[in-house]
Amino acid sequence: MARITASVYTSHVPAIGAAIDQGKTAEPYWAPLFAGYEPSKAWLKANPPDAIFLVFNDHATAFSLDLVPTFAIGVAAEYAPADEGYGARLVPRVIGHPELASHIAQSVIQDDFDLTIVNRMDVDHGLTVPLSLMCGQPAAWPCPVIPFAVNVVQYPVPSGNRCYLLGRAIRKAVASYDRDLRVQIWGTGGMSHQLHGRRAGLINRKFDHAFLDQLIADPAGLARKPHIEYLREAGAEAIELVMWLIARGAMDDAEPGGKAPRVHHRFYHVPASNTAVGHLILENR
Amino acid sequence: MALDKPYLDIPGTTIFDMDESRKGYWLNQFCMSLMKAGNRARFKADERACLDEWPMTEAQKQAVMARDLNRCIELGGNIYFLSKIGATDGRSFQYMAGSMTGMSEEAYRKMMIDGGRSIEGNRYIGEKK
Repeated sequence: MARITASVYTSHVPAIGAAIDQGKTAEPYWAPLFAGYEPSKAWLKANPPDAIFLVFNDHATAFSLDLVPTFAIGVAAEYAPADEGYGARLVPRVIGHPELASHIAQSVIQDDFDLTIVNRMDVDHGLTVPLSLMCGQPAAWPCPVIPFAVNVVQYPVPSGNRCYLLGRAIRKAVASYDRDLRVQIWGTGGMSHQLHGRRAGLINRKFDHAFLDQLIADPAGLARKPHIEYLREAGAEAIELVMWLIARGAMDDAEPGGKAPRVHHRFYHVPASNTAVGHLILENR
Repeated sequence: MALDKPYLDIPGTTIFDMDESRKGYWLNQFCMSLMKAGNRARFKADERACLDEWPMTEAQKQAVMARDLNRCIELGGNIYFLSKIGATDGRSFQYMAGSMTGMSEEAYRKMMIDGGRSIEGNRYIGEKK
């Protein structure tokens, strides 16, 4: 049977991708940030998954205002890195896992989550920057990836609780897959940041640390945090953090009797461009 | 009955909700066109002619040509869409964000390195700092 072995959480700031692509990771501005991901790269190499279920958001790239799916699962064989206006990132194509993705879609939709099914999609920095942070610059990504796009651009976005419950449904779907696969689920975006208007540049360290603490210890409680708290306290674009709750809901302890995960790594850094960067690795026991 | 919008009293912040999206549909869709290199080149060659191909309001066109992102947002633009204009100009996201705050590029960059804008005094419109 397939199993979710671990969850990874990270911000996905586009400037991080640009810094990697342009060879700037050793510069004083960036070095402390990338140092925080060195243990993560080593961990991923030592614990290679068979597939990554990668929760991210599309930033007006694959989805214009013509179609705005709240939850969209990629079932394609591969995905190209998108041209977001600067030219496409020169990173490997993303190889999908159509069989597992289709299995998850079939299970989760029957579990009352109305997913949009995507057979063609270019993937933007929301998906490729987490891969770069965790894998560096390989010739190919280490395993197949199932892109799972959440609308956090067009308000209203799904509630934290909806995301948490969806994570639980994803865990159940993975557990009912017949092949023995080790699956990781990654939740990306955040942390505190605001990218528009006179309040741009907002950072709230206290909020971010409290979020990380509660994500680890009390995710069901955190799932009840209303949208307005994210928007007001951590910046309008920090609403991306609801996506972390999908990954957290897929961990063993979201079910009654499940064991709490082990915190393998925790990291926090300000700034990456306009944004606070947070990162966690949680392992199921 | 009116919808509950508890986010309207956050200072310097526009939540891109359904009303904003309806207002900004064509402006944002124009921005999406800049994701193709050919369209970026055409826009750079003649901004006005490109904008006139879209059923945007004159105010939206003027705001794009002035690169006044705060005004674009007032008119229904969303930052993730508007960022395609900055990308066309070769600007970074940090430049774009900073340009909306009234700060110089250098001052904004320094504020971020120093830990970013404080939340204190920035939660509610009219709040005392």
